[in-house]
Amino acid sequence: MRKIILIVAVLFIIIVSLVFILRERTLDPDNLKTLADKYQRKEKSAADHSKFPELNRKFNSPQEVTETCISCHNERHKEIMQSNHWNWEREEYVEGRGIIHIGKKNAINNFCIGTEGNEKSCAKCHIGFGATDKMQGYSDSTNIDCMVCHDNSETYVKGSEMGGYPDPSVNLTLVAQKVGSPKRTNCGVCHFFGGGGNNVKHGDLEMSMFEPTKEVDVHMAIDGANLQCQACHETKNHMMKGRVYSLSSMNRNRSECEQCHTSTPHEKNILNEHTLKVACQTCHIPVYAKVNSTKTEWDWSTAGKLKDGEPYEEDDSLGNHTYLSIKGSFKWGRNLVPEYQWFNGNASHYLLGDIVNDTSKPLVLNTLHGSYSDPESKIIPVKVHRSIQPFDPVNKMLIQPKLVSDKSGQGALWVDFDWQRAAEVGMKDVNLPYSGKLSFIRTEMNWPVNHMVSAKDKSVQCVECHTKNNSRLAGLTDFYMPGRDANSFVEFVGKASIILTLVGVSAHGLIRILISRKKGKK
Amino acid sequence: MSRVVYIYKAFERFWHWMQALLIFFLAATGFEIHGTYKFFGYENAVAYHNYAAYALIILIVFAIFWHFSTGEWKQYLPTKKNLMAQANYYLFGIFKNAPHPTKKTVLSKLNPLQKLVYLGLKILVIPVMVISGLLYIYYRYPHQTNIEALSIESLAPVAVIHTLGAYFLVAFVISHLYLITTGETITSNLRAMITGYEEIEDNENLNEEIEKEKAIEEKKVESEKKLESEKKLETENNQKLIITD
Repeated sequence: MRKIILIVAVLFIIIVSLVFILRERTLDPDNLKTLADKYQRKEKSAADHSKFPELNRKFNSPQEVTETCISCHNERHKEIMQSNHWNWEREEYVEGRGIIHIGKKNAINNFCIGTEGNEKSCAKCHIGFGATDKMQGYSDSTNIDCMVCHDNSETYVKGSEMGGYPDPSVNLTLVAQKVGSPKRTNCGVCHFFGGGGNNVKHGDLEMSMFEPTKEVDVHMAIDGANLQCQACHETKNHMMKGRVYSLSSMNRNRSECEQCHTSTPHEKNILNEHTLKVACQTCHIPVYAKVNSTKTEWDWSTAGKLKDGEPYEEDDSLGNHTYLSIKGSFKWGRNLVPEYQWFNGNASHYLLGDIVNDTSKPLVLNTLHGSYSDPESKIIPVKVHRSIQPFDPVNKMLIQPKLVSDKSGQGALWVDFDWQRAAEVGMKDVNLPYSGKLSFIRTEMNWPVNHMVSAKDKSVQCVECHTKNNSRLAGLTDFYMPGRDANSFVEFVGKASIILTLVGVSAHGLIRILISRKKGKK
Repeated sequence: MSRVVYIYKAFERFWHWMQALLIFFLAATGFEIHGTYKFFGYENAVAYHNYAAYALIILIVFAIFWHFSTGEWKQYLPTKKNLMAQANYYLFGIFKNAPHPTKKTVLSKLNPLQKLVYLGLKILVIPVMVISGLLYIYYRYPHQTNIEALSIESLAPVAVIHTLGAYFLVAFVISHLYLITTGETITSNLRAMITGYEEIEDNENLNEEIEKEKAIEEKKVESEKKLESEKKLETENNQKLIITD
């Protein structure tokens, strides 16, 4: 009878353990295939634009192209003129400020600082023509630049400091006849070069993403799914899903991995449970700037040095600028491990004219909100860009300097190399006071990292966070994480009780041995 | 004079050694999860720890059933009798080769200190570890296509209690391993837990005690039977009376 009970018990335990081991659901392979088929499908154009007689002509100005576009697509320009790509700002509710318009017009960054007064140069990345210093022409629909996004001939380029006009070498007829759905090149030509060079701003969006390999990005890889930007940034009526929190404030219209992958994509539930507090990107983007360096630090205070009266530049071994007379000193990084922050989708920004009272620690220009206790928050990977930038210590405001001009003597820093004049003119342009005193303060900007997703076998491993030393999440201290954290009282009491027990039994045992030896001698 | 007695039943020994194995394994994986060292790899350590935890829970369920079905649970009822004498023995008597103050018998395998410590383990430490462990595993759980969470503010209290319990269990295992050497010979306790048989100091009254217990049990059963049969008779008589009426 005893033996039977024993055998039954052993069998039961084995069976139950097996059930638990085999319980893990296997992912349906058809699922992945359907996903790939759905998003990989080649867009077949409904019309061949080269066969339209309207486009078979010479265009004297890019506006004529736009007019022709609108003559058929006669509602699309209205969508464009309501879009962020056109307005460079959106209406958002920000706690403490109410409903405001926030965008490139009033926010300040810690790269080239701001667009105000520098529009002619910045407009190279505006989807319009003829931007002047006051951004006139925003109400004229023929100034919409359809081609920069819809050119499929790969020949369209905008000129430098031409207010958004195309380079004179562009064959407008060819471009107009070869329009279609935007490709990575159309988006990338602006979004990969923000901040005045490749990969300066984002770190995860740069030239290598035109034709990335699987190593760089599993989704857009030309040897993989080869997705275009709109596969994730789903677009309807010229409104794209997704936002970059250098300028966005509200938790809405975000582009999320869950659109395709659901919130429980893992075979192992313990991984799925992490999705409650950890964003997909946190584990699946172990490093960013995988191919080319991204700018990590920018020190404006050293700008303006000249050699023999001429501006100069210094480069590092990879060809990255480490010093430019017009911009100051830089630091770059490649294969960077992101920093991590809690984020609930809401951010607040430093806007032109805001007073800075606490200069003891770096000023965060776009604060990402969130915490462990906030159920909406998740841990996200962030590129933090650190700067030292101009500041008026009397009025306690960040300074918007005048940077660009086509003539000398107008106060532009990049032409005249005079900080005082650049600050004076720049602040006057934005109707803000300038005390005449110029100093520099440390600022930080947070760039959530969302691209350059690695294959799953390259993703961040458990122990990279769950460890006492050099945990990736060492900076997030508002919660208890197994493997990283310990309660000092418990550690003390626990270790003390083990040590005391060991000491006690050894002493007891030793005395017993000694006594028994004595007796043996007797 | 001594006799060899069958003291630990088969299931008891199986339960003891399975529990020992699982607790060692749980400690090995658990302290890796705690970040004390690296061996299995964090992900494996977590998975193994969970499997071992389920196995231990199943074992505990069987053990509880065994304890109640055999009446062995009574072994753990705490007693003041000889408690001080037992403590005195471990502190002083053992060095003077004094006799064990508590005689081990089949009916009373545990000395009063053991009773107290094992009862503490059974009703306090193990339940606290099981409950905090289950909370640790299930404070987040899959529900349909989503992940739900219990409304625990933080994992910290759960983790802290579970860790403290783990430290105490390690301390217990150390003292347990030492104290089993304090039997008649150094290995007699260990051998008993392996084979089930232990040489026990002869207790002249042992047989009598067992006989007595048996007699009492039998008497009880008999008297119960008597009572029942009497009742039956009565009801039968009553029925007869009713019928004759």
